[in-house]
Amino acid sequence: MKTRFTTDTKLESEIAYFENINLKIESGDIIDSFKIAFKTYGKLNAYKTNAILVCHALTGDQYVAGNNPITGREGWWSRMVGPNKPIDTNKFFVICSNVLGGCAGSTGPKELQNGSDVAYGGNFPSITIKDMVKAQSLLIESLNIEKLFSVIGGSMGAMQALQWAIDFPDKILNIIHIAGALKHSAQNIAFHEVGRQAIMSDPIWKNGKYFENNEVPERGLSVARMIAHITYLSENAMHRKFGRKLQSRDIISFGFDADFQVESYLRYQGKSFVERFDANSYLYLTRAMDYFDHDETFRKNIEFSHNPNNHLKYLIVSFTSDWLFPTIESKMIVNQLNSLSREVSFLEIDTDKGHDSFLLEEPQLDDVIKGFLSNNFAKIDE
Amino acid sequence: MNKINSIRKDWSLIETLIAEDRKILDIGCGDGGLMEQLENNRNAITHGIELNRDLAANAIARGFNVVHGNAELDLSQYSNNSFDYVILSQTLQAMMKPKDILSELLRIGSKAIVSFPNFGHWKIRLQLLISGKMPVTESLPYTWYDTPNIHFFTIKDFLNLCNEMNIVIEKSIGLTSKGKQFDISESVTGVNFFTHEAIFLLSYKNYEPIKIKSSKKVFAKNSVIAN
Repeated sequence: MKTRFTTDTKLESEIAYFENINLKIESGDIIDSFKIAFKTYGKLNAYKTNAILVCHALTGDQYVAGNNPITGREGWWSRMVGPNKPIDTNKFFVICSNVLGGCAGSTGPKELQNGSDVAYGGNFPSITIKDMVKAQSLLIESLNIEKLFSVIGGSMGAMQALQWAIDFPDKILNIIHIAGALKHSAQNIAFHEVGRQAIMSDPIWKNGKYFENNEVPERGLSVARMIAHITYLSENAMHRKFGRKLQSRDIISFGFDADFQVESYLRYQGKSFVERFDANSYLYLTRAMDYFDHDETFRKNIEFSHNPNNHLKYLIVSFTSDWLFPTIESKMIVNQLNSLSREVSFLEIDTDKGHDSFLLEEPQLDDVIKGFLSNNFAKIDE
Repeated sequence: MNKINSIRKDWSLIETLIAEDRKILDIGCGDGGLMEQLENNRNAITHGIELNRDLAANAIARGFNVVHGNAELDLSQYSNNSFDYVILSQTLQAMMKPKDILSELLRIGSKAIVSFPNFGHWKIRLQLLISGKMPVTESLPYTWYDTPNIHFFTIKDFLNLCNEMNIVIEKSIGLTSKGKQFDISESVTGVNFFTHEAIFLLSYKNYEPIKIKSSKKVFAKNSVIAN
């Protein structure tokens, strides 16, 4: 396999091109060529033992730390990744790539179809978490890294970490799985479906061909984001943050303006989201999450894998107020691993910040990630 | 003995009951102190369960395999005979269903190690006799209305329960309140009177150790170069 690398100065990102590789994806489709946009932080050591792959969540990107040129803001996990941070880039070589199907430089519906000057749009094949991980594994291979020390992710990132443990256990030593599950639940699929319907019922969406007129289905995409955002919070956190406080007024308007702060906040979230995310990509990635299901198969995959996976260590973390990926879902993974006597650690962190907790200030999360990584790294580095 | 010393003493006695290279589950493992000791001194592979969130987080951050959970609910997930030893140190008296826990220990582990404060110790008997109030001692330092210890029992009670459950007592160590150590099975008279704390190594019959595959060096440092 010959991979071509370039640097995209506008995206401030490295791009890996996999040409004529004929990637067979789970749906049966074949993607003949694709590219993956990625960022790296820190230095790979001489023995190449200190590489960590961070997997981003649904609307994340490769900008895990440092500046994100698309938003002009700090990377999405800059509180976790950096020099002397829990994922310490003085010690570890951190790689974060935009998933296949994403919209921050990797091949996805927004990008031009191979050998044409038209974007994929709705012609992009339906991809899965397994396909994303397959593409990541090719990236890691092309970077000449034989074994990752760790794969870390929250939410959709946790799904990828789990998929790594299933598909490529021989290429990793441990995973940190935060706020995830063996499967996407019916309720979660339902919320995603409402989001997709909002996008697809926007007249500007035009079966995914909105880019032909340089338009964006802003209304649909922002509504999708508003719905999703509610699921990332908790009732307590929302009450603590907004209560019934009014926005820029002293009395209610008896109209449909954003009277309440919570309304104004959601509208802002929706509006700023359309500036950075592609509507079609949102459809494809939510679908990939919906298709994720290892409920029946995980135990068998781990127990009877042709790939040795006995060495794998798992750190599973959940949050008390996360109702999108509740603790019970994490415990199912822990139970199955314990029943197979695998090396698993589990912590439920007490917080009212909901599913989004993994992105927010949670000192206990920092402590366990930092300690888990440094102590387990010390063991292999002896 | 103060509480910390008593726990340290407990751990060092537990260590004497454990063979090298074994797989161990420590129930109520705290921040992993005993696990650390057994990894260092016995080359053990250790797993732990801890109910207290902060202690569990500490243990995980120190690199141990610890599941934050409740032993009374979570032991069922472990497979039969998946550990060589299951350790329950100073916790049986705090369990809702001590008998169920005991049988779970010996389902999961080939052997179980159980330690507990003896409620039959003469100081406790004397306190109750003289003051007529529930005893408060160094090893049982809580008032009756604010204690995690909900099932008080003596060595005699424990021996009877083991007998009833067909559990074999392989070894038993008693400690006096001054920290003097003796073999409970050999000292017949007054054992239940003078033993302050007791440690038992238990099993059903037909114990075979689990063979640990060496997995400590997964990373061959030169593997990349060799290829």
